[in-house]
Parts: sequence; structure tokens; C-alpha cells
Amino acid sequence: MYHTSMRLSEEEGKLLAGEGGETLRKALESVIRYGELFGATELAPLDGPVHLVTSFGIPLLRPVFAIMDELIAAGLKTERPFTVDPRPCDYANVPTSLLERLVFDKIMYAKQADYEAQLAAVGLKDGSSFSCACYFDEVGNLPGRGDILAWAESSAVAYANSVLGARTNRNSGVLELLCGIVGRAPRFGLLTDEGRRASWVIELRTSALPEAQLLGSAIGMKVVEEVPYIRGLGALLGGELDQGAKDYLKDLGAASASNGAVGLYHVEGLTPEARELGEGLVKPGARTYLIDDAEIERVRRGYPVLWKDPAAKPRLAFIGCPHLSKSQLYSWLERIEAALAAEGSRRVRVPTVLTTAPGVEAAFRADSDALARLEATGATLSSICPLMYLNNPLCGKKAVATCSNKLRTYTAARYFTEAELASVVARGRV
Amino acid sequence: MKQTFKGRPVVAGSVSGEAVVSRAGVNVLASFQKDLLARKAAVASRDQNNPGLLGKVLTGKILCLPRTIGSTTGGMILQKAIAAGLAPRAFLFSEPIDSLAAAGLVLAAVWNGAEAVAVDGLGEEFLAAVRDADKIEIRGDGTVVVGE
Repeated sequence: MYHTSMRLSEEEGKLLAGEGGETLRKALESVIRYGELFGATELAPLDGPVHLVTSFGIPLLRPVFAIMDELIAAGLKTERPFTVDPRPCDYANVPTSLLERLVFDKIMYAKQADYEAQLAAVGLKDGSSFSCACYFDEVGNLPGRGDILAWAESSAVAYANSVLGARTNRNSGVLELLCGIVGRAPRFGLLTDEGRRASWVIELRTSALPEAQLLGSAIGMKVVEEVPYIRGLGALLGGELDQGAKDYLKDLGAASASNGAVGLYHVEGLTPEARELGEGLVKPGARTYLIDDAEIERVRRGYPVLWKDPAAKPRLAFIGCPHLSKSQLYSWLERIEAALAAEGSRRVRVPTVLTTAPGVEAAFRADSDALARLEATGATLSSICPLMYLNNPLCGKKAVATCSNKLRTYTAARYFTEAELASVVARGRV
Repeated sequence: MKQTFKGRPVVAGSVSGEAVVSRAGVNVLASFQKDLLARKAAVASRDQNNPGLLGKVLTGKILCLPRTIGSTTGGMILQKAIAAGLAPRAFLFSEPIDSLAAAGLVLAAVWNGAEAVAVDGLGEEFLAAVRDADKIEIRGDGTVVVGE
């Protein structure tokens, strides 16, 4: 039996002693040992479903499949139906050659169907629950302020903590599932009031609202895992946490989480805890990072261009990592139409894929006027994870353009601002 | 010249080996995934955003780093690497361990019975002192000796 110094309830003690079976004991031991490393002294009951990062049946994750098999054999499921990151492939809507498809089906994601069956068996909500933006209304994993969670997917963690005011640590894949199985998370870090205080103040002094992806990237590289309190951004976002501000913060958070390990940021006067607690969130002695136009440009210039030929014609463009909200989808439709009009073109000259959650995709497709307009531009709509698609070495070799800093970070895709990317796909060249 | 540092044994053990050093946070997904996917016999870092580590072999080394960063798939990637015998022999963190590295170490230990030695909280001075290819000795109490 694993001996812990953590304060356990009577029920937790019995489970750790193996009274719920060996697999449940191992799940609980994992959660406890994980928490002990961070000084957690107790487990907190979860208030909402978990969100899983692992959505792909990639054979290299054999140890994960083995854990799933053990959970299933023991008849274990999460207490609440959970959501999971996007699927990796969509042959109907994302350009894929026969050879690329062969690599996907036979090598890369050969275990996809098996893995999805495993997910269903341990508590997946439904077949439309595959999105990195699980908090969209159309996906339905929307926690409330103060809810204790155990999420993975770094961009979702940042959004839940920062924009929704829920409380989750940046959990690793599998660990979040095990927390869901035992219905508890160790109380430390971002689950505590002290862990949510800011040790960095970001002074934003740009001449206009910077690109969310670049601002998030700058913050992530500077503060790494610490909590920043951002001054000067709320006013640039209009002072209201409306849909536009939420969309911006979604993208900012994803960039800060992938270029660093930011799990929570506060925006002065805008995000829930900053509105309530204000400067009281800032720790004494917090360091300051000034971000002006020059700093944003410096960060941008630091991005390597990994295309073999930097002047190559882009072969594919991805927009929507993390997934686009419904409002962003409509905005991108207008932006692409405007870029095409400016070029005197009717259709994009780079195959362009907009990615969003399955429920958002379905709603957009149900809007026949909007769908007809999108189809007229030549762009397509999908609910895949572009990152998983580009993990295919054949796909990854393509000159791919994106406005996602996260996608740029993990693949050879080349970053463009949103305005630049609209122009690139309309012109067909960089 | 030998230098001695003391940290917290996260996964206690006595091992020695050769250092590979990252001054920046190590993005586990970006560093390990490509070579694991390609089933290479040894993993070298493929993280384009960490030029100091890019291309260096990680398998069997003593990885000296501030912490891990990036995608929350990091823990299970690390679990896979440890379970498959493709991880560094030990992890020496200058900072307190992060949640992704912690998960990877715990998952490998509990579910695969595989352990990689880890010590955290070694301090900035440790990372400032250690160099690639330095000989390193790690003791079970979290003592780390750098150099010969």
C-alpha cells in the first residue's frame, strides 16, 4: 500500500487501501503522488467534468492505451461525461493525398477507432465532444466561477482559469482522466487563492490592440509558468468581457500556454478575479514586463521560418488553432471575402481550412447562406486538430501558413498575422 | 573541479552520466515526439524553439533544465519515453518540478513500474554551472556532483 502524508477522507483511505479494486487504487495513488510533489495536503472534489488532451489514437501512446484497458476492465468511468481535444483527420474537408491518408490510417493514427471506443467506455460525453474549446456553448463543458476542475489542454486550462474564473491546474494528459475517475484533484497551485496571485505585471503600451497570438507569445516566453496581471489591455478590448474579448483572450491564452506554461492570467478590469480583486491580486515584489510596439515586433522577428524555401507558394493554410468560435468563423468569412475582393479574385489561391468545434461546424453548415458564401471562396470547414494533421511527416513538409502561434510552435507552419494570412490565401503567395 | 548542489529527490536514486543542458524550459512534446514517432533508437531534441537543445541526444543522458513547458500532452509523452527506455537517465531541475514532468514521472512509476531519477530545486547556480558533456553523479538524497 502506498503511504501518504496527505489528509484523506475515510472513503479515500479505503480506496487507497485497495478496497475499490487495484485499478482504482492505482488511479488514486497516481493523483495523490502527483499532488504530494506540489505540497498538496488534501484532495478537492471536482465540480465539473474533466477535459482530456489526448484525442488521437497514435500507436506511440501504447502506455496510455494500456491504462485505458485497465480502467475499462475494472468497469471504471469518470463521474461526469467528459470532453476531449479534436480528432486528427477529416478526409472530406482537409486536403489529404492518398499517400498521406495511408500514413494516417496505417501508421500515425492506426489506433484511432480503438481509442475512441476506449474514450466512450470511460465516459466520453458524445461523438461531438471533440474540441480544444470545450467551453463553447456548442460543446457544453462550461464551468462556473470558482468550480474545481482537472483539465488538460493548455489553451482550455488558460481559458477556464482566466476568462471563466474556474480553478484547474495545468494537468497532463492521463492524469486529468485519473482525476475524473477518482472525482478529485489535489489542492495546490491554481486551485488555491495564493496560487492565483500574480508575480508579474504586464504593462501593455502598444499604439493599438496587438495581435492576440503575438501578445500571448511574448507573455508566455517572459513569465513562463507564473501568473501575469495585464494592465492596459482591458481598455483596448472595449472594457467589456463580451464575445470579441473572449475570443481574443482565448487566442492570447493559447499562445502564452504554448510559448510558456501560463495557466492563468488576469486582465485588469476585465477578467472575473481582476474585476473583483483588482491590484490585490498582485504579489508584493512582482516584476514588470513592458510590452510596446517594438517588443511585439521583436517577438515576431524571433519566429523562425522553417519552410525549405521561404519564398515558396503556400500549399495549405490553417485558421483555428485553438478552434474558432462561431463569431470568429463569421468574421473570417468576411475577412476572406474582403481579401478576395481586394485582389479581384473569387476563390482562395491557397487551400484554406477553417477549424472549429463540431457543434459550431454543424450550426454554420445549417446556415445555408453563410455556407454558400464560404464554399464560393473555396475555403473549407473542419473540426480537426491542425497540429495532429501536421504531425504526419508528409503533411508537415508542406509550406503551411497559419495565424496560430501554437501551430507555429509545434510544427513547421509559418506564422502570419490574421490580416497577412487573409491576403496570402487570396494572393496565393507570401 | 567538482561542484556540489543539493535539491529535493523527486524520484530518488543513485546514477551517474553525462549532462545535456537546456537553459530554457524543455518543451516535451516538441522535443521528444518526432523521434518517438519515427521509432528512433535514441531520441534527440527536435524543438525548433530551443536552439540550445536542438539536435542533442537526450536518451540516456542527465537532462539539466529549469523545468518543462508547453503542451499538456507532455506528461504522457514523458511516460512513454521512460517506459520505452528512451528517456534521459535522470532529470535535474533547477526550479521546482512542474505539473507535466511530475505527471510523466508518476505515471511511469505507478503504471509501468519504470522510473527515471529526478531531482528538483537545484537552483539557478546549478544551471549556470553545468555544461554539456559534464560528468554528473546523483545521490539518493538529492545531492548532485558536477565535474570530475
